[in-house]
Amino acid sequence: MYQYDSYDQAMVDARVAEFRDQVERRLAGDITEDQFKPLRLKNGLYLQLHAYMLRVAVPYGTLNSTQMRMLGDIADKYDRGYGHFTTRQNIQYNWIKLSDAPDILADLASVEMHAIQTSGNCIRNTTSDQFAGAAADELVDPRPYAELLRQWSTFHPEFDYLPRKFKIAMIGSETDRAAMKLHDIGIQLVRNDAGEIGCKFYVGGGMGRTPMIAPVIGDFVPPLQMISYLEACLRVYNRYGRRDNKYKARIKILVHEIGADEYRRQVEEEFAHILTLNLEPPPAELERIKGFFEQPGFEAGLSDDLDLSDPDFALWVDQNTHAHKQAGYTIVTISLKPAGGIPGDATADQIRLMADLAKEHSFDELRVTHAQNIVLPHVKKADLYALWQKLDEAGLATANLDLISDIIACPGLDYCALANARSIPVAQKISARFADLGRQRELGELKLKISGCINACGHHHAGHIGILGVDRKGVENYQLLLGGSEGADTSLASITGPGFSEDGIVDAVEKATDVYLAQRADGERFVDTFRRIGMAPFKEAIYAKEPVNG
Amino acid sequence: MVEQNLRFRSDEPVGDPAVTVDAFADQSNATAVRIEPGDDARALLPHLDRLALVEVNFPTYGDGRGYSAARILREHGYAGELRAVGDVLIDQLSHMRRCGFDSFAPDQPISAEAADKALATWPEVYQKTVDGRPAIWAKRHSA
Ligand code: HEM
Ligand code: SF4
Repeated sequence: MYQYDSYDQAMVDARVAEFRDQVERRLAGDITEDQFKPLRLKNGLYLQLHAYMLRVAVPYGTLNSTQMRMLGDIADKYDRGYGHFTTRQNIQYNWIKLSDAPDILADLASVEMHAIQTSGNCIRNTTSDQFAGAAADELVDPRPYAELLRQWSTFHPEFDYLPRKFKIAMIGSETDRAAMKLHDIGIQLVRNDAGEIGCKFYVGGGMGRTPMIAPVIGDFVPPLQMISYLEACLRVYNRYGRRDNKYKARIKILVHEIGADEYRRQVEEEFAHILTLNLEPPPAELERIKGFFEQPGFEAGLSDDLDLSDPDFALWVDQNTHAHKQAGYTIVTISLKPAGGIPGDATADQIRLMADLAKEHSFDELRVTHAQNIVLPHVKKADLYALWQKLDEAGLATANLDLISDIIACPGLDYCALANARSIPVAQKISARFADLGRQRELGELKLKISGCINACGHHHAGHIGILGVDRKGVENYQLLLGGSEGADTSLASITGPGFSEDGIVDAVEKATDVYLAQRADGERFVDTFRRIGMAPFKEAIYAKEPVNG
Repeated sequence: MVEQNLRFRSDEPVGDPAVTVDAFADQSNATAVRIEPGDDARALLPHLDRLALVEVNFPTYGDGRGYSAARILREHGYAGELRAVGDVLIDQLSHMRRCGFDSFAPDQPISAEAADKALATWPEVYQKTVDGRPAIWAKRHSA
């Protein structure tokens, strides 16, 4: 994992000192809330419905056990004993006191962490593949490039007041596990026929109220020109992105309005100019960073055999582990979605336990996934049963990865000031309704995603089943969407029709799954069946009139 | 003419009033011009040698187009005064300096002490821009 040197440390320390000064001025009444707001937002501190919320950056979703342990300690010391892992691979604390915020940032800085650029119209924390450096299907480890990008984007002076927020995702595998095409910029590291590495730039994707899938803008940018290409992409956006309407200000709207070809032309022109300025960190810097991401000391020649005689263990292995590039090792995903639980929440004790397990069993490494789970990327198969037992004792062995109860949900009306409806109770009810694991496995891969308003923080557009909370004459109401997906087969979901009450939406989801079970062909996932048979049969079943009783 | 409040240059300030970009195009003797957020800074590039002052207006601090305008001018060799005017706040000074601004005429004046403090916030910088400060990556590999 990357480790700060004195330069990196000086930057976060400076930030803590600056924010401490700003908070003191605010608490002393020297500055008004209006003046303070942009300053606190630069440090991920939001004022929500009930309290301040602090969003902490987890760069490209990667943590070591010391950092994870600190996240648990912060939950205990400054919050109500839990934290919320988010779809942006970050962690949020929901019950923060303003006067504590500088101390929290100082605690974070002591373990090389921060909340820099976790909100505001700037380049946000870069997200990545949670299996980076471990996945069997990886072409190039994206983490060194993501770290280069982290440093470049930190306090970038030209791009701190963009038309709107800017989210970049970076992957290096064939399989897209980071919803790359639904970001402002998605960068996929690829290899050409000669084996050289290149960056494929997808620009102008996004969710929110106008979901769009990003087109390819740069086919094969040399990695040692990646920063210059980014400067070009961002400069064109900063100059020409719309600023007249905040709902049309994301880069997706610019790319859509002028067209991908014209945007590409402008980027190429700017890129040619920027290349003359020598802004790119030298190859030695990329090499230096790569040195931190060497393979951990795997034992060679280990067996891939596992004793699966315990049926519960066997189910969990089948559902929650993935192929590792090293024989004898596996990638473990710890589900933060127990039956009836709050997606992404973990208690301080659970967070510390996961930290301990990472230290003992995963070369000190953890990842946060955009589906709000935690990954131990490098687990020796021989240790797997012991690890599973410890997880099980702590309520962390739910074997539901990518099943219907592995729900993504935004904070919704329980916390969020922009919400139209609650997301969490709906997630809990669906998870309880489908609690039976046998039934979930029968339904197979089924990605269900819930947002509490049109901003789409819960990725509902990309759900095989999506749920969108709306406000209907002052009452919470839920629309159902079907057929979305992220990854290689990215598609946007469509609305079935009129919305439902909180209980009604749970019934509607169940009816949709019934249609799938009745109609599926061999080997089809829910979304495949939907794509084949279309909306009509689902609509018919979902909106069929119930026979009226007596 | 706007009174500048902070200036980081030693030459004599320009006395001429800054004209709009459109007016500048028609006036072959103007030496000072004012860029609004929607103006294309590149339109000035053919005339850089006769310019002594470029004002970049920030009607609201959140409109960041002026940062790109400033950098573009500096990247193409503009060496005259580059002044940020309008809704320029203390928290933006350091980024503005990095993008090439060397004088400031904020709507709300900023004291020299406050400015010095703000400009000293960042001990290092991660990017190479137009202010001549070496990026962290350059320092790491300069030995
Ligand atoms: C709790 C307070 C939150 C507020 C006020 C908030 C606000 C917003 C807004 C306004 C948008 C729409 C942006 C646009 O379309 O231009 C958005 C999108 C989004 N937010 Fe949030 N959000 C919150 C929480 C979260 C959480 C907890 C996550 C997960 C980490 C998250 C992740 C996202 C994602 C993934 C999108 C959609 C992708 C995109 O278009 O950027 N947000 N958020
Ligand atoms: S989708 Fe809406 S309700 Fe949910 S967190 Fe985002 S802004 Fe809040």
